[in-house]
Amino acid sequence: MTQTALTLATIDRREFVAQLMKACPNALVIPGLGSSNYDLFAAGDRPENFYMWGAMGGAASIGLGLALAQPERDVIVLTGDGELLMGLGSLATIGAKQPKNLTIVVLDNGHFGETGMQRSHTSLGTDLVSVAKGCSIAQAEHLHAIGDVEKVTHAVTSKKGPALFQVKIKADDVPRALPSRDGVYVKNRFRAALGFEPF
Amino acid sequence: MSESDTAVAGWKESIFQVLKQGQIKQVAYVPDAGHAHVINRAHDDPDMNTVVLTTEEEGVAIGCGAWLGGQRSVLLMQSSGVGNCVNMFSLLQSCQIPFLTLITMRGEYAEFNAWQTPMSKATEGVLKAMGFRVLRVTDPAEVGEVVDAALDSAFVAGEQVAVLISQRLIGRKKWIKD
Repeated sequence: MTQTALTLATIDRREFVAQLMKACPNALVIPGLGSSNYDLFAAGDRPENFYMWGAMGGAASIGLGLALAQPERDVIVLTGDGELLMGLGSLATIGAKQPKNLTIVVLDNGHFGETGMQRSHTSLGTDLVSVAKGCSIAQAEHLHAIGDVEKVTHAVTSKKGPALFQVKIKADDVPRALPSRDGVYVKNRFRAALGFEPF
Repeated sequence: MSESDTAVAGWKESIFQVLKQGQIKQVAYVPDAGHAHVINRAHDDPDMNTVVLTTEEEGVAIGCGAWLGGQRSVLLMQSSGVGNCVNMFSLLQSCQIPFLTLITMRGEYAEFNAWQTPMSKATEGVLKAMGFRVLRVTDPAEVGEVVDAALDSAFVAGEQVAVLISQRLIGRKKWIKD
């Protein structure tokens, strides 16, 4: 099954994220720990990115708190299968709140990329789209082609969420692109972009 | 659950009033009888968003997201939940996120359920180890003042603050009907 999944996956993660960010230039983006953090930075640094170097399993919940606080803004959680799996319960919490402006994009290579490419649960039977639908995130879909990025951008900008897209990406190794590890700087820069001062 | 577990004592309303006046907009919680009144009041308040969690660590992350978006939040949980949050607390430290949590204590006073005891003993130490300022309140007359002080320490001074609400204050949980 793993081999089948890998051979079916054709999407280049960097290309997908670059197209997504080009189409959603105003979105507030919460990337999950690991490769999605690098993908987002590689697509172009911007204050509206809240880079994370820890808090594994927390990206979707941060996105929820942000989406509730900023209902007029589009919020994207851009994360990986491993990061989301650690906070799977957050999908139930998001389903309970139904934030219209929250879109979760899971870059799914079926592996824990940071730690030596061990297979993750999405290679071993877990279907995140089914989980999302089971948590009453009705707009949930697998994406298999780079052109499907349009489905994501439509969901992001239409504010009919919550939505979750499980993007089947190639499990290849891409060069790291390292954003700032200074959490205070990243936080203050993000808040300043929304017009908020430090405390 | 007996009536005494959810009885509306004045100190419970004082917590809600402090949160309301302190501009708390998001109330994330894993339920506890001691928090039931505040949860109900927050549910009924159009200016507050309540978020029921599957595990307490989600509330830590939600608080971070709320702050990024310009809102103040609070996490309501019982002492056992602190253990579920430990690594997520590093998010608050790494980014210096102002944060307030109110924690009802279990396992420390007239406790029937021995399984509550280990985390009860560790709660304060775990919070301090993760950089929290920890306040405790046992006298019902002081609850409002202490929560208000904690709220200021969090959102005016930028600290991560926990208020432990003593089990003695919450009252004995009745396991056997009279």
